[in-house]
Amino acid sequence: MTMQISYLFLREYWWLIISLLAGLLVFLMFVQGGQSFIFSLPRNDMQRKMVVNALGRKWEFTFTTLVTFGGAFFASFPLFYATSFGGAYWVWMAILFSFIIQAVAYEYRSKPANVYGTRVFDTFLFINGCLGPFLLGVAVATFFTGSDFTLDLFNRVHWGSGWHGLEALINPVNLLLGFGVLFLARVLGLMYLENSIDEKELTASIRKALVRNAVPFLVFFLAFIAAILLGKGYRADPVSGEVTLVKYHYLHNLIGNYVALAFLLGGVVLILISLWLGIFRGSRRAIWYAGFGTVPVVIALFMMAGYGETAFYPSSTDPGSSLTLAKASSSYFTLKTMMYVSFVIPFVVAYIWYAWGSINRSRITSEELAGEDHTY
Amino acid sequence: MIENFDLSLVNWSRAQFALTAIYHWLFVPLTLGLSFILAFMETLYVRTGDEMWKKITKFWMTLFGINFAIGVATGIILEFEFGTNWSNYSWFVGDIFGAPLAVEGILAFFLESTFVAVMFFGWNKVSKRFHLASTWLVAIGANLSALWILIANAWMENPVGMVFNPDTARNEMNSFREVVFNPVAVDKFLHTVTSGFVLASVFVVGISAWFLIRKREEVLARKSILIAGIFGLVSGLAVALTGDSSARTLAQVQPVKFAAMEALYEGKANAGLTVIGALADSGERIGEKKVHDVKLKIAIPKLLSVMTTGKGDGYVPGLKDLVNGNPERGILSVSEMMERGRYARQVLIDYKMARELGDTETMASLAAKFEEKDFVENYFRYFGYSYFEHPWQVIPSVPVTFYAFRVMVGLGFFFILLFTLAIWFHRKKTLEKNRWFLWIALFSIPLAYLASELGWIVTEMGRQPWIIQNLMPVHVAVSNISAGAVQTTFWLFAVLFTALLIAEISIMVRQIKTGPKH
Repeated sequence: MTMQISYLFLREYWWLIISLLAGLLVFLMFVQGGQSFIFSLPRNDMQRKMVVNALGRKWEFTFTTLVTFGGAFFASFPLFYATSFGGAYWVWMAILFSFIIQAVAYEYRSKPANVYGTRVFDTFLFINGCLGPFLLGVAVATFFTGSDFTLDLFNRVHWGSGWHGLEALINPVNLLLGFGVLFLARVLGLMYLENSIDEKELTASIRKALVRNAVPFLVFFLAFIAAILLGKGYRADPVSGEVTLVKYHYLHNLIGNYVALAFLLGGVVLILISLWLGIFRGSRRAIWYAGFGTVPVVIALFMMAGYGETAFYPSSTDPGSSLTLAKASSSYFTLKTMMYVSFVIPFVVAYIWYAWGSINRSRITSEELAGEDHTY
Repeated sequence: MIENFDLSLVNWSRAQFALTAIYHWLFVPLTLGLSFILAFMETLYVRTGDEMWKKITKFWMTLFGINFAIGVATGIILEFEFGTNWSNYSWFVGDIFGAPLAVEGILAFFLESTFVAVMFFGWNKVSKRFHLASTWLVAIGANLSALWILIANAWMENPVGMVFNPDTARNEMNSFREVVFNPVAVDKFLHTVTSGFVLASVFVVGISAWFLIRKREEVLARKSILIAGIFGLVSGLAVALTGDSSARTLAQVQPVKFAAMEALYEGKANAGLTVIGALADSGERIGEKKVHDVKLKIAIPKLLSVMTTGKGDGYVPGLKDLVNGNPERGILSVSEMMERGRYARQVLIDYKMARELGDTETMASLAAKFEEKDFVENYFRYFGYSYFEHPWQVIPSVPVTFYAFRVMVGLGFFFILLFTLAIWFHRKKTLEKNRWFLWIALFSIPLAYLASELGWIVTEMGRQPWIIQNLMPVHVAVSNISAGAVQTTFWLFAVLFTALLIAEISIMVRQIKTGPKH
């Protein structure tokens, strides 16, 4: 019995780690959000250079978090990894392509003899900036709306739709989260640029753009929250394992989990404060409030999807194939071993914080860029 | 488990993974080695205060950055391809294989990505010592990353530290220590990273040679040749030593691959190691596989026996022994392994069916089998063989492994000679006079890439048809998607990676021609 409780704890612990990584990833997608403004925000080449360099000093963190998020999912819930990646092939491939083109774009865009010209690499950044957050949002939304797959006796996935994941794009609820994440990334991107760049004209443009993006973010995000809380959710019977659609299931999950409720409400309040600070006070610190708000909100969403007798990756066509934490997880031994490894995460966060602070002491200006050896 | 395999899907999936891995490996070894070379150079700058070392460090750092970005770009796809293209594999062994990948992300990637930002942008913002520490941490992070992915890769070749769970129908880890200290992993890590050091050293020596040919940046070139020459020579010798150790381990855990590398069909005592040879079709066949004769052979007598068994008269099994069996030597035939594997698989199917029907009595008796030593050691260990129709299917491509191995080893020794000469001419202050050497050094750069890629070709082609040695053939591991989908992504990757490679080379060449900033 003790072992069973411990196994349950380990599964939930690892789901929390996955949720934390997802939260950090969404926050760090301020890089993608900022990239989506590459053609619209800057008024001249120097402003564009400032925007790109401000974002370019952070792109690796987002990229690394995405890779770690994938690796942690693989290690802790391999059946999800096999089912979602092997089934929703085209969605994941589209996400990956958008990140491949991002990785080189910063380093190559302003280098002499880059063959394709700066505009092409800036377009890569723009594509990644729009597609990355949007598709990741759509992919996560399927945790609540379900996907069209069946698992056979040996857990081999059979995807129902020949579109292999792209069919998620015609579900309005998925689109709500897709656009919600995209506009959140844009809002975060603007706040980050406000924090990092010291240039009057650009700052004025950032504040105007913040209003235009905060409104659709709030509309899409709140509509998604309303849709999942007031709609049906995939409940997994703890004894029989049977998965059924139950009205208000996610609402019950939220109310029944005080931590998730506090995270969601607290996170939303912090995001609203950040918008108020950014829009009405022109504060450079808005990004921090938004960041500390985004992470708990994402964790709360993942808690709703995974905890409390819920199938976190439901099959809309064969509920019996739906994945619960228990069904999809690694063995007790692996989760326990990996738990010890996860104890270094605070140390990792600490050195990132320190290193980040050490090179971010001054804001980006045209003079600062002129004195830099390594610019994008 | 899977009765109908779509071979075109399997082949396209293999091709896609090979394509992405080959492209990725064009950039990784330079990162592994150049990161240490940068750390050595910057250490000299900090210790001596000589601004020339700073200039040299910054020049090579620019090239490092260009290479690093595309390495990152091509790397992300590999991790996710295990899920997208090899989903059955991901489930079967994700419990074990996923762990090193996650550790790689947490321990290595963040270290590398955090301090690479300080390394590039911190020159005017942090202290000299903090910057130097960051450069070292980038090198350590990059090589730590290699450690974890190579542990995962080694596990595929020598699966250890696990037990099969019939309830989940997958292998589960029961010893993280065994996975990490897998003898194949230790050899593979040391051999792979030191080969990366060699490639980076050839790169630095070659480009420095070009500067000397052009009579430009002579101080930078001479100092760089000295650092890279010493680092390359030490690494080259380490590659040779670890290669020898890898071969010994290989002979134990992957004897078919070992025999294919030597094109050894008939097992023999006093076996010599073929140094040079040309394969010719003998006309004989093992099933549908050609048997090759080694012509124009130059061999070192008894060395293969010594490497394999530690004795000059030791018996080295050939491909015929390993496929047809050799009772005198205690070698089972593949057909016998297939029979035993099928029996183990049927037990598993019966167990799953009993579970579906709720037949607890049958379940209990079948589950007990998976605890029995005899069943595990004499039947279940051949589980993967149950998926083959013919014994000859376990033979990899002999010509590919045979030639790739020889060219790789030959180039490895050539690089040792190259570094020795580089150090010698530097010491004698005659680098510029020996223009023939400078030209050879320059044209050795593509050879270093060739050797590095051939190493992986030997490893990965030689272990075909297995994705996990003896447990899972490649064709069973593939995702259930259409061949057309994989074909499409293959060409998308091919076009995109080629386009990016062209840009990378063009930028790199321009930066080299421009030289360091004064």
